[in-house]
Formats: sequence, C-alpha cells, structure tokens
Amino acid sequence: MSRRKRGKHPNVTHQNDTSTLSSASVPLGSPPVLEPGHTFASVTDKISSIVLTRKTSRGWIFGFAVSFTLMMAFMYATAYLFARGIGIWGTTIPVGWAFPIVNFVWWIGIGHAGTLISAVLLLLHQEWRTSINRFAEAMTLFAVSCAGLFPLIHMGRPWVFYWMLPYPNTMDLWPNFRSPLVWDVFAVSTYFTVSILFWYMGLIPDMATLRDRTKSRIGQIVYGMMALGWRGSAAHWQRYEVAYLLMAGLATPLVVSVHSIVGMDFASGIVPGWHTAFSPPFFVAGAIFSGFAMVMTLMIPLRSIYGLEDFVTLRHLDNMAKVILATGSMMFYGYSAELFFAYYSGNEYERYVAINRILGPYGWSYWALIACNVLVPQLFWSERMRRNIPVLFAVSLIVNVGMWLERFIIVIVSLHRDFLPSSWRMYYPTVWDFTHLIGSIGLFFTLLFLFVRLLPVISIFELRSLVHETDEEA
Amino acid sequence: MGLPTSPESLYGLLAEFEQPDDVLEAARKAYAAGYRQMNAYTPFSVEGLSQALGQKPTRLPWLVLLGGIVGGGAAYFMLYYACVISYPLNVGGRPLHSWPSFIPITFEMTVLGAAFAAFFGMLALNGLPHPNHPLFEVPAFSLASRNRFFLCIQVRDPLFQLEQTRRFLEGMTPRVHEVQP
Repeated sequence: MSRRKRGKHPNVTHQNDTSTLSSASVPLGSPPVLEPGHTFASVTDKISSIVLTRKTSRGWIFGFAVSFTLMMAFMYATAYLFARGIGIWGTTIPVGWAFPIVNFVWWIGIGHAGTLISAVLLLLHQEWRTSINRFAEAMTLFAVSCAGLFPLIHMGRPWVFYWMLPYPNTMDLWPNFRSPLVWDVFAVSTYFTVSILFWYMGLIPDMATLRDRTKSRIGQIVYGMMALGWRGSAAHWQRYEVAYLLMAGLATPLVVSVHSIVGMDFASGIVPGWHTAFSPPFFVAGAIFSGFAMVMTLMIPLRSIYGLEDFVTLRHLDNMAKVILATGSMMFYGYSAELFFAYYSGNEYERYVAINRILGPYGWSYWALIACNVLVPQLFWSERMRRNIPVLFAVSLIVNVGMWLERFIIVIVSLHRDFLPSSWRMYYPTVWDFTHLIGSIGLFFTLLFLFVRLLPVISIFELRSLVHETDEEA
Repeated sequence: MGLPTSPESLYGLLAEFEQPDDVLEAARKAYAAGYRQMNAYTPFSVEGLSQALGQKPTRLPWLVLLGGIVGGGAAYFMLYYACVISYPLNVGGRPLHSWPSFIPITFEMTVLGAAFAAFFGMLALNGLPHPNHPLFEVPAFSLASRNRFFLCIQVRDPLFQLEQTRRFLEGMTPRVHEVQP
C-alpha cells in the first residue's frame, strides 16, 4: 500500500510561507493520523515542551510515587528472596515453574508490540505508527527489563547467572546449547540489546532538537551528549534512513524468533499440554495481542493528560483495536486447536490435561481466560466500540489480565497434574509471589514515568516528516 | 553575522530556507553551478536531497551484511567447537554436530551482529559522536532541528569565492550566514 494513500487530509491548503494544514472536514469513518493545522514548528514545540517547559504535575508525582513504592516492594521481596531462597514462593514440585515464569512470559509478550509497531509497521509503510512508535519502543524496553529479571531471580543462585553465558572458565564447562532455555538467554538478551539500539537510534535526532530548544545549561549538556553531535545533514540523514530501515528489517524476524523460542521452552518439554509443535506461532500471536493491549492501556491516559489527542488520534486507537480483534481471534483459533489436538492425539494424558484445564480445580481460570481473550475483544467488530475511549481502555485492561491468565494456565495448570496422580499437588501462590508480580508492574511504571518526563514520548522528527507528507498530498 | 572576513578564516557560507523544496532546489542549482564541498541540513530527511548534492549512496548495507555474517559465523563456530570439539557429550547416541539445534542461537547472533553494524556503522560513517562543530556557533542553526532548512557551501570548495558565492546564495534566499571555523 502506498504511504501517500494513508492519512488523507482533504481541503488542505498552503498558508503563505509556513507549511500549514488548515482545518479540514474529515470524512466520517476515517479520522486522520495527524489532526490538521500543524506545522514543523508546532509539532516540534508541542512535543518538546512536554519535556522542557511543562512543570512536573501533581499527577506525575503521585503516579511516580506509587510506582516507585511498588518497585521498592519488589526490591524488598527480592532481597528477602536472596536471603531465604525461592522457598518463600509457592513454587514447589510438581509446579517447579510458577509465578516467575508466568510473569516472564507475560512481560516479554507485552514487549513485542513495541517492536511490531516500530519495525513491522515501518516496513509496511503504515504511517499511523509515527505517533506511537517511540512510546511503544520504550514500553518494549521496560517490559523486557521486567521480563529478564524473573528467570534471573528464579534461578535460586542468581549470583552465578553468568554460568548461562558461554565464557572461558576454569570449570571447563559450556552451557547446553541444545536446550531451548539457553536459546532463551540468547534470544532475550539479543532482543533487549537490539531494542535499546533501535530506540536510541530513533532518539538521536530528537535529542538534537531538545539540545537546540532547551534553555537550561544542564539540559544542553545532557541532551547535547545524547545527540552525539547530530546536525541533520543530508549525508547524516541518508545513512540514518538506511540504518533505520535495516534495523527494522532485522527486528522483524527477531521479534518472531524471541517468542517462538519462549514457546519452544515449553514445546520441547514432555509435559502434557506443553509438548506441541504449534506453541511457537501461538505464543507469537498472543504476544502481539497482549502488547497492543498494553500500548492502548498506556496511550489512552497519556494522550489525555499531555494533550496529545492531535497526534494520537482516534485513528490510532481504532487501528490498534482492529489488531487486538484480529489477534484475539487468532487466540480463539489457538484455544480451539489446542482442544482438537488433545482429542485427536489419542493420548490420554493430553486429553486429561485439556479436560483438567476446563473442569479441573483451576477451571475458573480457563473460563475467565475465554471471557477475557475471546469474548470481550469481539466488541471491536463494532466501529462505535472502537471509537469509544472508556470501552477501549476497559477492554485493553481485560486483555492484559486474560493474557496473564493464559500463561498461568499453560505453566501452572499443566504442571500441577501430569502423568502420575501420586505426584499431583495444588499450587498456591504466597504473598511474595504477588509482591513480585505487582512490584514488577511498579518497576515498569517507574521507568515509564521517568521516560515520559525526561524524553520526548513521540518521535518529533518523524512527525515533522509526516507534516511534510500530508502537506504534499494536498 | 559579524564583520565580513577573509575566506581563509571561514568555514563556509550558510543559506537558510523555509521550505524543504527550496533547499532541494538550491542544492540542485549549487550542484549545477559546480559546487561540490557542500552539505544541506534539515529537520527531517528530505527525499532526493542527498542525490541533489551529488552524494553517493551509503555503503552501510554492506557493513550490515558483514556484521551479520561475522555474528552468525562466530556463533556457529562457537556452537560447533563447544559441542563437537571441546565438550563432546553423547546423549542417547545422537550426533554431536546436531545442527538443527544450533540454528536459534546462530540466528540470534546474526541479528545481533548486523544490528551492531547498523547502529555503530551509521555513527562511524557519519563521524559521530562529534559534539562540537562550527555550524553550532551560528545562532540561526538551532532551527535546523525545528523548521528551517540550510545549505552550507564550504570554503574548501575550489569554486568558493566569498563575494561570488554569497551573491549566488543570496539569489535564492535573503538569509545567508557566515560560519566561523
């Protein structure tokens, strides 16, 4: 699809020497990707003012304080964990992978939307991504940070985490490279590194903008250093665009590989309910589903608090709702396929796991999952619902819960009753399990609050480019 | 911008434009007039500007390819060395060189190598980080990251003649700044 065809602005006129988009009568059914009336200067000033001139609001301080407190609870729980060992959690045989792994998979899935929005939609010339990609990338980074902590603290002896890495050592040992768990180490650390590089690369021209706009000396020094001396020369831009496009091309298969490998962590185990070849694509679809839901959960309050409705328009929310609907339907297909495979395998253990998920002691979680992930997103067939902000917000929260439940079902419900009834046992999380889960949400929001306050939440230079393109269309 | 100075003590002349199309037009004219040591500075990537200035397409894609090959090759070598030479482990008689299980790590390291090459290659070819530059001394240049478009013809261009070049640039825009070195 041509990028010119997207984001149409009818009745756009030139106003003397500045590239202004005058008020446009937007046709019903297709809100613009950028509200009309913006110039290069206005988008620059609007976004950079959030960081540079806006006073720190009470709401920000309150939100940051709450998140920071939760993060401290996470730190406290982690200190206690290191002192006492993982026995403080409800994790016990046969449920050897419990909340930490559920949280790990949940967070890493959330992270996937960021890369998808910034890389895949860039390659597909979906220019509506411009206003949300920076934020989504930051979200990826913070979600992957939260995700990465869980396997580390789950190791029992986290101080020897580096044993997972191949390095010359006096023990003359190597990690078991045939294990998906070792693949995971490589996948998650590569994903984290590439996400940082991609995000920082996108920030460089905006750091130059902030360096040139800020009045404070400290700001000039800090933003100046982060801009690395960016001058925006034609030669810079040419290499920059090539690098950005190549990074997007690299990130696209990477994002698919990361959650596929997470899927293989399960698929290569012999536990009934895990041992299925369709885990990798199923996990990837679920990751996109939960990631878009999280972007929506965060974007809806952000755009109204910082007055970004001109940039994050109903069009964005509408498109994200469509992605949630599509991936939610894929999840439904996945759940149906799972049941069919269990039936068709002829394997009594597989069949039992399927029945146990639905009717067993954790059956409530299965029905809640179906309600959250399959039924509720069906609201988005209606255009009115896709434009209704409270509905969007509520659905996005429900999907986040649903996806957490899905991982709960995959990890815990599969493990608690495997082959031998004599080893069956119920799993009960402890207060520390919940502290780590809620605390990691605190860590995520602490990082997000800092990001929103200190760095531009929307890519300024890409918005200028968008102004130029929509201007040219007229 | 200050007193007129001799060409030797200048970095170049900087012309300021308000529209991306104007700087594109100016770049084409300057190239047609024979200027080569020049560059344009814009708040976002202007399509065709680099070609108009006669800049060659970047070699960055080759660097990225190289980075990917080095990353993937090194990873596969490491896996082979660990599993076959350094620590051969017989698991149920399966082959030591079990290449399908080497693919995920090889793939991840390929992407990592290529991404490093793309990021650091872009910075290196652009000569960044380069915190200070004569252009930053021109007050108007701070708008290059907001809404102004600049074309700078450098003194080291063989055709550069202070008065003549200034007249040439002033023929296109009223705002021409001198850039001190």
